[in-house]
Amino acid sequence: MTRIAALVLLSHWRRQPVQLVTLILGLALATGLWSAVQAINGQARASYAEAAEQLGTRELATLVSTTGTIPLDRYVRLRRAGWQVSPVLEGRTKLGGRWVTVMGVDVLSHPTMTWLRPETANVTPDAILTPPGRLFAHPATIAELGTVPSEVPIVQAPNVPAGIVMTDIGTAERILQRKNQISRLIILKSQPRDLPALSDVVPDLTRISPRPQDAIARLTDSFHLNLTAFGLLAFAVGLFIVHGTIGLAFQQRRPMFRSLRALGVPLALLSRLLLAELLGLALIAGSVGLVLGYLVAAALLPDVSATLRGLYGAPVSGGLALRPVWFVSGLGMALFGALVAGAQGLRNLFHLPLLVAPGQQDWLGMTLLRMPWMAAGGVMMICAGGLGSWMIGGLLGGFVLLAGLMTGAALLLPPTLTVLLAWAARLGKGAISQWFWADLRSQLPGLSLAFMALLLALSTNIGVGTMVSSFRLTFVGWLDQRLAAELYVTARTDRQGRAVEEWLAAHSQAVLPIRYAEGSVLGQPTRIYGVVDHSTYREFWPLIHATPDVWQRLADGTGALINEQLARRAELWPGDRIELTPELTTDVVGVYSDYGNPRGQVMIGLPTLLSNFDGVAHRQFGVRVPDQQADALADRLRQQFDLPASAVRNQAAIKAGSLAVFEKTFVVTAALNVLTLGVASFAILTSLLTLWTLRLPQVAPIWALGLTRRRLLWLEVLRSTALAAMTVLLAIPLGLLLAWILLAVINVEAFGWRIPLHVFPLEWLKLGALTVLAAVVAAIIPARRLLAAPPSELLKVFTNEN
Amino acid sequence: MMTDEIGAENPLLRVENVSKTYGSPGENRPVLDGVSLDLRLGETLALTGESGSGKSTLLHLVGALDDFDAGEIRLGATNLSGLTDRDRAALRRTQVAMVFQQFNLIASLTVAENLRVHARLAGREDQSWLIRLTERLGLTDLLARYPEHLSGGQQQRVAIGRALAMRPRLLLADEPTGNLDEHSSAKVMDLMLELVRDAGSALFLVTHSNAIADQLDRRLHLRNGHVA
Repeated sequence: MTRIAALVLLSHWRRQPVQLVTLILGLALATGLWSAVQAINGQARASYAEAAEQLGTRELATLVSTTGTIPLDRYVRLRRAGWQVSPVLEGRTKLGGRWVTVMGVDVLSHPTMTWLRPETANVTPDAILTPPGRLFAHPATIAELGTVPSEVPIVQAPNVPAGIVMTDIGTAERILQRKNQISRLIILKSQPRDLPALSDVVPDLTRISPRPQDAIARLTDSFHLNLTAFGLLAFAVGLFIVHGTIGLAFQQRRPMFRSLRALGVPLALLSRLLLAELLGLALIAGSVGLVLGYLVAAALLPDVSATLRGLYGAPVSGGLALRPVWFVSGLGMALFGALVAGAQGLRNLFHLPLLVAPGQQDWLGMTLLRMPWMAAGGVMMICAGGLGSWMIGGLLGGFVLLAGLMTGAALLLPPTLTVLLAWAARLGKGAISQWFWADLRSQLPGLSLAFMALLLALSTNIGVGTMVSSFRLTFVGWLDQRLAAELYVTARTDRQGRAVEEWLAAHSQAVLPIRYAEGSVLGQPTRIYGVVDHSTYREFWPLIHATPDVWQRLADGTGALINEQLARRAELWPGDRIELTPELTTDVVGVYSDYGNPRGQVMIGLPTLLSNFDGVAHRQFGVRVPDQQADALADRLRQQFDLPASAVRNQAAIKAGSLAVFEKTFVVTAALNVLTLGVASFAILTSLLTLWTLRLPQVAPIWALGLTRRRLLWLEVLRSTALAAMTVLLAIPLGLLLAWILLAVINVEAFGWRIPLHVFPLEWLKLGALTVLAAVVAAIIPARRLLAAPPSELLKVFTNEN
Repeated sequence: MMTDEIGAENPLLRVENVSKTYGSPGENRPVLDGVSLDLRLGETLALTGESGSGKSTLLHLVGALDDFDAGEIRLGATNLSGLTDRDRAALRRTQVAMVFQQFNLIASLTVAENLRVHARLAGREDQSWLIRLTERLGLTDLLARYPEHLSGGQQQRVAIGRALAMRPRLLLADEPTGNLDEHSSAKVMDLMLELVRDAGSALFLVTHSNAIADQLDRRLHLRNGHVA
């Protein structure tokens, strides 16, 4: 009996292949976008963990200095006292024209040397330890560096994290020009007993405990949360399709359920079979979704890697590994989605009267009578979002606010459209016009889910588009301010840097050294810049808040500027005090915008920096020179010091590079945005296609009353267009509200900066036109059947007793 | 669950003082009020009455499709009151078959599949009986079609074939020819009676038509919920 009943249930899909494809594709799209985001996040997090593991930083405590550099004698002192520590020297340098992080370790004592084996086993210890030494880098890093010859041979080491070059500490000292310097000391696991206290041996060093979560992972959490939110949104939009399709399939099979029950199939068995069918379809759709997700993730991962490297310096390998947890979570989401979408159908089955044929208008159980409840639910969701955001706060609170707003707005859409249509119906004078608006209103319950999906996708598109465009506009203006110098120079060594500075002093209007030390503010790594007193800063530096005498205070050494990120995170504003080292505490005299940088940053006067921090590199400069002389000066500078082209860059090249990084940052967001909109358009198409079977009995009487089929077709198209246009109009204010939340709440929490909102009406117009076009196409495909249908098909409505 | 103790003394169907009320509390509308009847295996019984007299309701109660408020209905040795949904389903699957006025064919199954479905659910598929049914009902050329491509008369013949394919002990028919013209109606009725006899079933038929009722062994008239 079970097998026969199952075959009967499944026979529905044989007769409704479009519905089956729609259901599977809808769920597959939803699962696919979600899985893509999870695959990207999983890969990135695995890369961070792998990097932390390979660099030996995961489970071991370290010693650092507040001045950023540990003198060699501290290391010697610790070793003599019996402490087992391993030195690391880390710094940025240019190799082959590209900036890389060089990490020098003591190969004999470093706790994790997996990067040396097994691919690199043919390199002898002698070759590593004696000049010129060897550099070890991931093949992807080597490919990025190009074929420019390096003083030190580079060896391929797939275990080294991307974007990092590993080497012996002696070689690193030479490359980084930091003789006898150590960035940090790793405290090894096995230590002798009865050691003297660290505070007695090296009182000026700070012990940093092993971190439960790697710093990069923590830093990039906001980025991944953003992606996850987008993935969830895409999943929700996909679920609208599935919900609609499953709802219709349940509705269409109600006569079958009644027949089966009349033929003796128990309700419990019928329910179990439908549940099994739902789960089976979900597994198929989930599997298709996983394949889609993998393909989307593989296509997007290179851009995500570039974004994470550019924005956070986070190493993410370009390859996508398949993880069991990813499979399980993808299929789990598909099953969950199918159950959510089918829950109402299954519930209705239990209340299905065995003897009464229900009407088809309430096929989603969403009749016009329910509209006031939906409106109340929508208002409640928005209020709950606001309340939740206020109670939870932070980034999560921001997302709760967004979720409440979006869900509430989606619930409010059908009641709002009902009111608008009732208002339009009152304006209609002729019989056709009155029928059109009344019919449109009666169709609303069946189309609501698709248009709710469209509203979500459109408002997200407007919101995210507004955010990105506002960001771009602000960023371009900010770059103009921040990159005020005409040329930027990087010397090979500090010695060459001094020579370059002297030469430039005689050949330019001004030389602005770019010098910094790595420090720590409130326990967070912070880069501290020292600047000279020059009018360029006064005129151009992008200050958000400042005391009137800000530049004078900086020059006097009595004040510090901090970036917006640090100001917001640490709640430090002009007038507050900031401790940069135990010996250096100063006033905050201003806050400047610093887009694209997740870390805190401080600016103090150059003399103050040099007197408080050791080993400050002296190799980078900004050069002020009249615009028309910049290129000529760059050429002379290269010739004079035999510098590669990349060592002297003009302002335009750097701006172009920065903008390229900026564009890459949002490429994933843009891709997900487009995909979500595509899924929503698909929802409309599938809704109209699946509703068509119910539509004929409503259109046929009008045809019989004398309307041509062609006219009916155009009315069908107009119906879809009118709903799409109304949805677009409602999506604009919602999208702007979303943009405001993204800019004023989410971005501030996630990145630490706030940007002004700009509006782009032309973009809305384009989006609106595209949406209406999609709605027209979606309506024409099923409505064409009206033209093609023979009169007998329409007459069946009047003659078919079934 | 059920035993076969049916003979001259033990009718197949016994309805005793059955009452049924529709409506909400405080606004009850009695449909059946103390109805009694019985039906023996191989016997055919017509139930006539005005619209709303409770004919279809009684048929649904006998078919274990609905609950009654008072009285007793026995099908063979089985008392229908107090049966679980599973037991009622088993009864419908194996003992009783119904022919509805609206046919209630399964739209996604072909004629051949519709004809077999009840017998297969009952685990009682008899290929030679099915072939005979198909031929007698004139459905041989229509086996691959779907219900939507059949006329009303053809659909009704499929519904009758489906019901008789599992050789039910009791066939319940609710206005089985109500949607057919007079000529088709007579043909369908003749066929149904012939096949019911061949199947050895009892027939309990609800109809408005005196002509149809006259073709059956016995007839009862229902008026305002009472057997007149």
